[in-house]
Amino acid sequence: MMKQLLICLALFGFVNAAFAEELMTFRSELNQVRYQSLIKELRCPKCQNQNLADSNSGISVDLRQQVHNMIETGKTDQEIVDYMVARYGTFVLYRPQNTPATFLLWYGPFILLSGGVVLFVVVLTKNRRRSCK
Amino acid sequence: MRRIVLFLPFLVFLVLGVVFYFLLGKDTQYMPSALIGQPVPSFQLVTLEGEQVKQTSDLPKGSYLINFWGTWCPSCHVEHPYLMTLAEQGVTIVGIDYKDQQAAAMQWLRDKGNPYTLVLMDELGQFGLDMGVTGAPETFVINAEGKIAYRLQGVLNAQSWQVIKAYL
Repeated sequence: MMKQLLICLALFGFVNAAFAEELMTFRSELNQVRYQSLIKELRCPKCQNQNLADSNSGISVDLRQQVHNMIETGKTDQEIVDYMVARYGTFVLYRPQNTPATFLLWYGPFILLSGGVVLFVVVLTKNRRRSCK
Repeated sequence: MRRIVLFLPFLVFLVLGVVFYFLLGKDTQYMPSALIGQPVPSFQLVTLEGEQVKQTSDLPKGSYLINFWGTWCPSCHVEHPYLMTLAEQGVTIVGIDYKDQQAAAMQWLRDKGNPYTLVLMDELGQFGLDMGVTGAPETFVINAEGKIAYRLQGVLNAQSWQVIKAYL
């Protein structure tokens, strides 16, 4: 029973790995790692919330192929990302760029957090003063 | 002071209410093209008849539409009659046969009529990639200066034409 379960689980892992994956050959292990991380960070422009690695839409297949080609022809990661942004906009980035437009996105949580800390300290000191009286 | 603080949640509610109200009914799928304001990317594509290689300089002068279509695309069937209507009204449309078979595409134009002044084949989808296309049909408005002015994802019909017209 246990053994069968383990086999099932192992096969399930195999199915997952095979999902949305074309047969691709890479010139080096490093290139393959770069490919995997790039298609995880780039968003499918057709889908609302999937990265290139998870999507099977036609455009994702094409873009994965494009990423593969660019890696194999010696383009840097930055060049590949710039290429995608030039065509599909910053929408394709799962990690937003640090620009004035995304200031609140990056620093908003910290601003809110420091506001909360200030409020906390104010309330605390007020209460202490009251209890001292 | 205390009183005002008590009203804070209500104020937050009001602000959020106004924001959400204005977002109601907006198309969340709408994505402006990253190429707005830029010239058409350079290309070298073969005409559908397979006889000539065309490049950017062969594109029409003045304003026109670039329409990505394919015989494999169901929405393109829906869109086609309206493209015919536009062509009759004198709108210049360049067709890009996107990731398609030549024979099937030629048959399609014979059966349904050809609304395009020029049809180019993008078999591998490379030009589509350069234009930031995510599927078919997609229609780009190119203004008189040769710059991309608007991109429509989805079917071009009487309703979307009202928006597009203004960019021509």
